[in-house]
This record gives sequence, structure tokens and C-alpha cells, in this order.
Amino acid sequence: MDWAPVWISVRTAGISVIITFFLGILAAGMVVNMRNERGKMICDGIFTLPLVLPPTVMGFFLLYLFGVRRPLGRFFLEYFQIKVAFSWQATVLAAVAMSFPLMYRSARGAFEQVDPNLMAAARTLGMGEGKIFRKVLLANAMPGILGGGVLAFARGMGEFGATAMIAGNIAGKTRTLPMAVYSEVAAGNMEQAYGYVVVMVAVSFVVVLLMNGTVLWAGKWRRE
Amino acid sequence: MNRSDIQNPLLEVKIQKRWKMFELNMDFTAGGGILGILGASGSGKSMVLKSIAGIVMPDQGRIVLHGKERDTVLYDSLQHIRMRPQQRRVGYLFQNYALFPNMTVEQNIQIGIEGRKKGRIWQPPGSKQKKRQQDAGDWIRRFHLEGLEKRYPCQLSGGQQQRVALARVLAYEPEVLLLDEPFSAMDAYLREGLRLELAKVLKEFGVITILVTHDRDEAYQLCDHLLLMDQGNMLVSGRCKEIFQNPGTQMAARLTGCKNISRIRRLGSHRFLALDWGELELMTEKEIDESIDSVGLRAHDLQVVKEDELEGWKEDPKANLIPVGEAKVSEMPFEWYITLENGLWWKCKKEASTQEVTGIVPGWLRAEPSSVLLLRR
Repeated sequence: MDWAPVWISVRTAGISVIITFFLGILAAGMVVNMRNERGKMICDGIFTLPLVLPPTVMGFFLLYLFGVRRPLGRFFLEYFQIKVAFSWQATVLAAVAMSFPLMYRSARGAFEQVDPNLMAAARTLGMGEGKIFRKVLLANAMPGILGGGVLAFARGMGEFGATAMIAGNIAGKTRTLPMAVYSEVAAGNMEQAYGYVVVMVAVSFVVVLLMNGTVLWAGKWRRE
Repeated sequence: MNRSDIQNPLLEVKIQKRWKMFELNMDFTAGGGILGILGASGSGKSMVLKSIAGIVMPDQGRIVLHGKERDTVLYDSLQHIRMRPQQRRVGYLFQNYALFPNMTVEQNIQIGIEGRKKGRIWQPPGSKQKKRQQDAGDWIRRFHLEGLEKRYPCQLSGGQQQRVALARVLAYEPEVLLLDEPFSAMDAYLREGLRLELAKVLKEFGVITILVTHDRDEAYQLCDHLLLMDQGNMLVSGRCKEIFQNPGTQMAARLTGCKNISRIRRLGSHRFLALDWGELELMTEKEIDESIDSVGLRAHDLQVVKEDELEGWKEDPKANLIPVGEAKVSEMPFEWYITLENGLWWKCKKEASTQEVTGIVPGWLRAEPSSVLLLRR
């Protein structure tokens, strides 16, 4: 069995979950603090869109933005000498785009569930705003945020549609595990496909277990 | 105000704020004992506290703390002063205590200590961590929280949570302490004991204290001064006991727990007809002036007239006899609630010997003329 797809998938999901994690928290923090109700709804709609659109449509948008002759694609090519489309970075891009809404929604929910009285209490006890964000808001939302991270990782690991559009299916370069499973089945190599499926299930399961453990640890103060 | 005139610190509050259904309009002074704000749920009590703490901003007004050394303007709409809550040194004990769930008892108290020390006392580097812990230890001992240092708030009982919250806010050494319904999240039997405990702590610290509550027992037990509130407005304010003795208005009477209120027709300087109690004619001790349009009678102020004394009372013009008629009885653990035929409520204390309802309800009751509360609309 060729192990390249395993390595590519783990790398893609690993890098993308880190990017998504911070982007999601940032976006959630921004939307939660928005005063304008209409603006809030519009932003929320845009951030959630990748969750409801078919992955191929998202892939189409990404291709539209990051294609070699498109504005963003040209920008990366000229300034960073990176050809985004059909490179291994494109697998990360697709995974980030598809897993972002899960992270964003989890983080937003977690922020909104923190009792506003906690922030008010911290203020009346003389705590600075930066420390309130870190020690009160973020710390209390952390179990929910990490839960979102688990979902985002799982989504990134299983990403297929958008990846196919923007990154293609280049063996040893952009062929992730789901791609490999698809290619082997298409070529009639069921034996090979079985192997990848087993690896996929095993890796996903171990990672989710690990991350669930982290969520529990982060919320140890919630146990009675 | 002249500095030498002030023995005790005072908090002067004058605020206005439009709020959902009504306008908040308050003007009062707190200091020298505990000020209680008594009002029904949704009357805007918490909003007053939140304005003082700086958690919400009033539309206009002025909040000034006249301290022992200097005056501090916390808020002034004309001078555009809006001090941040962090700088006000106003402690707030929340209804749900708002302990930080992700921090242990010790860490929660340390937050209060850090807030106090912020920019106040210079400390040699390195000594800070140790000093802080020692301090937290002092507070933990003082509030009988030994052994709970490493527990998280969700592992504590309601009473323990309240003690941690109190320790945390007092460790901050606030100049004003605001208590927002401190016992509402507690079982009735815990409440009694903790009220006494809180009274003791507050006396010991002697900080300007405002307590908001909808429980008249709590207000009566803990407060020196009382302010009654309805729909964002002040009804009356004054010494706690005086307000309970003479609430002045119908709404105030109701808030202080008066169950029986009736419109009247004045018959003379001391006589009236109670229109809502079956045209009952009664006497008062105080003179009924033109502004009085109703009266109140507290349900436990009605007295039993014994059979053999009835004839004697009938000749006394000050007897204020009330016929019982067909009464409805409802049983409570320590009292009988009895509704007379004319609609009056009577609360009769149960005694060890009177667990049975038969024979409890007499033919006649009477009301001492001094117990009739004269009220205005």
C-alpha cells in the first residue's frame, strides 16, 4: 500500500485545524460583539454558508478566487511564488474553507453561553478587559471551543468535494485518503481501497478520542 | 459639602434611564447603615445597582461618592464623566454570585485581592505570589472556607458559594457594596441562618451597603433605611421600622406585606366606612385628613374576641368589632389563613394545642384603632 495519502491527509487536517481554530474563534468573537443585529445576521449567514453549500460549489468558488489567472491566485503567485491551485496547499485551503463553519458556530455558541454576569463581576473587581477576555470569556468557553476543534478536524480529514475541485487528485501531492479510496475503487482495486478505509477509520477514531480527552480536561471544573 | 460635616462616607445617587416599559427615576442617598431597596420583580431594582456599579449607563444624572478623604464622581451626564466599573471601587454581589466557574475558591478570592492591589501598593518583585496566597488564606479562614480552597464553584453548596462571593468582593475592599437579591437562589431553611451571618459580616465591615430585595422579611431584618420602589419610581424612603409602621400609600402597604386594603368613605375625624370590607364601620387612632382615601389592616393584627367579653366590647366605641360570618380556612405549617365573609384576611398563629381547626374561628374579631394604617393612593 502506498502510504503517501495517509501522510497527506494527516498533514492537511493537522494544518487546517490549526488555521480554522483561530479563524473560527476570531470570527465568532467578532460576531458576538457586533451591536448591529442586521449586520450580525448577514455575517453569520456568510460564515455558515460553506456548511450548507455542496462542497463542489465551494470548490468552484475557491477555484474562482485562487485560480492562476484569478486575482487572489495571481497575488499569491506574484508575491509568494506559490501556485495555490492544484498544490498541496490547496488541500489545506479546501479543508479550512469546509471546516470553518463548524468551528465558527461552536465557538460562537460557547461564547454566548458564558454568563454575562461573569464579565460584569470581573469588571467590578477591577479586572482589565484583556484579562477578562482570556481568563473569563475564553477560559469558560474553552470546552465548547475545543469541541468545535474536534468537529473541524473530522471535517478536514474527510474533505473530498472541494479538494477535488481546487487541488485535484494528483498522486503523491494532493491525493488525500478520501481521494485515494475513490481512485482505488474507480480503478477496481478493492483490496487497496479496503486498506485506506481501515487506516482512515483508525486515524479518525484515535484523533477524536484524543481531542475528546482534551475537551474533558479543559472542562474539569464543570464536573461536580 | 464641607469635608468636616461628613463623619461617614455617603453615596449620592440621582439617575434617570428609559427602560423597556417604564422610566427609571431615582434620587437617594446611601450611607450609615444598610439601605434596602424593596420592590416587586421587574420594578427596576437591579437596574439601579447596575447603574451604580457602571455595568449599565443611565441616560442622565449624577452618582457621587463622598468618601472620608475625598469626593469621587462616578458618573455625571453634564460633565461627561463615566468612570469605568474597574475604577469605581464598587463591589457587586450578584444574585447567582457570578463566581468564575473555571477557578477554584482560592483563585476566585485572589481575583478580588489582585483588583484591590492594582496600582496601589508597590511590592518587591517575587514577594507578590506568596503574599497573595497568604492573603487569600486569611479570607478563607475568615469566611470559614477551610478545606474548600481547591474546590470549584460547582462543587460547593449555595451557602458556601455565597460565602466565597462575599469573601471575593470584600477582599477587593470596595467603598460601596451592592447586594442583588443575595438569598433568592437559596432554600428557605438555609436563608434564615445566612441572613444572620450576612448581617454580622456587614456590621463588621461597615461599608456603604445597598441591598435589593423583593422579600420584606429580609429588608426588615437587615436594613436600617428602606426605599420602596415601583415601576422605576421611588414610592417612599425612610427608616425601615417607620415605613413598616406607616407605609403611607397603598402600593407601599402592599410591598410591606399588608394583605388587607380597602377604599373608605370618611365619616368623621376618626371614623370611616371600609367600602371593600362589606361597609364595615371602624375607628382610627390618628386623624383621617382629606388626603386619606384608603386604609390597611395587617392580617395578623386582628384579635380574637372571646364569647364572654363580647358584651363588654359592644359598649366600647373603640372596640372596632368585625363579624367573622362564613369563613374560609386554609392551613399553613405554622398559621391558619382565614378569609372572613367580608373579604378580610386574618392570620392566626398555630399553637401546639390548636392543631385542629374546629373552635379556631370565633364569631367576632376586633382591630385596635392604632393598627389601622391610613393610606393614600
